[in-house]
Amino acid sequence: MPETGYMAAAVAVCTAITWALRALPFAVLSRLRQSPLAAYLDTAMPAGIMVILAAYTLRGADWGAASSAGPTALALAVTVGVHLWLRNAVVSILAGTAACIALTALAP
Amino acid sequence: MDAIPGGPRRPVPGFAADLRSAAADSAAVGLGALPMGAALGLFAVQSGLQWWWAPVLSAAVFAGSLEFLLVAMATAAAPLGQVALAALLVNVRHVFYALSFPLHRVHGPWAKAYSTFALTDEAYAVTAGGRARRWPRRRILLLQGLVHLYWAGGSVLGALSAGLLPGPVEGLEFAVTALFAVLALDAFARHRDAFSPLAALGCSAAALLLPPERMLPAAFTAFTAVLLVRHALTRRRRAHA
Repeated sequence: MPETGYMAAAVAVCTAITWALRALPFAVLSRLRQSPLAAYLDTAMPAGIMVILAAYTLRGADWGAASSAGPTALALAVTVGVHLWLRNAVVSILAGTAACIALTALAP
Repeated sequence: MDAIPGGPRRPVPGFAADLRSAAADSAAVGLGALPMGAALGLFAVQSGLQWWWAPVLSAAVFAGSLEFLLVAMATAAAPLGQVALAALLVNVRHVFYALSFPLHRVHGPWAKAYSTFALTDEAYAVTAGGRARRWPRRRILLLQGLVHLYWAGGSVLGALSAGLLPGPVEGLEFAVTALFAVLALDAFARHRDAFSPLAALGCSAAALLLPPERMLPAAFTAFTAVLLVRHALTRRRRAHA
């Protein structure tokens, strides 16, 4: 179990860096808001950013409790399918996660 | 009402109205944060941390994927320098959020401090694309506060329920993947531009070949470069036309 002092320092480091990354760009980028490039990035970036984060979490799943590729791929298909069908984020996430837990438990 | 010159002014929404709006705005992403927070709480306790670290982590760091990574690194006793590097790499994407987040609506130093602190993927997703350009300050702050509450509350529930389970739940971490997949579909539905998600998919696939800690910054750098090139080409074509 990690020591309390180490853990507190790790949390403080993560908090400070995350906050800096979120706050400091406003000082530099706010004047870009009127530019056509910023407008383009604003519409084009979100979908791609979410795709990259989804891919990143799949990468991250490898160092956690081992869930093999099969259940993960099927659970992703369930999530996307349910979301295209019902368009309800909570239902889609719960359905996909339940599918992943069930399929992982059933996998040999 | 606005269209009638000299007519009655649109009333300034009260606290209850702003809270209702914020609750509706946060429902989709925020209620996704609840099971995600629960997954984090479970993961933290199953990794050997005491239960109260879950709310401390989720309230102070307030960056989901980094918190999962932090728990994994802390249980491996990673040096603080590596933790700092991981925080930088995982969250460097937030640099771009300044482009569209309506911080100009949030006046006052303390409010600005909290609003930038709580500029999560979820807050960005809800306000992206100029939708929140005219939202009142209180509605934006309440939205962020509610997501904060769902996330921290979920982590407490997850941490406390870990003791009730007979053993580790495998597959729980998929809640994070499902959240981002759903956010990607919703972002695509807003602009119907397939180029961005397809380019991101290509960049992610290429970056997955790299070591795990380099995947995220590499994919983001490549994706941003692709978008910049596309924008430059589109402008030149327009200039020639």
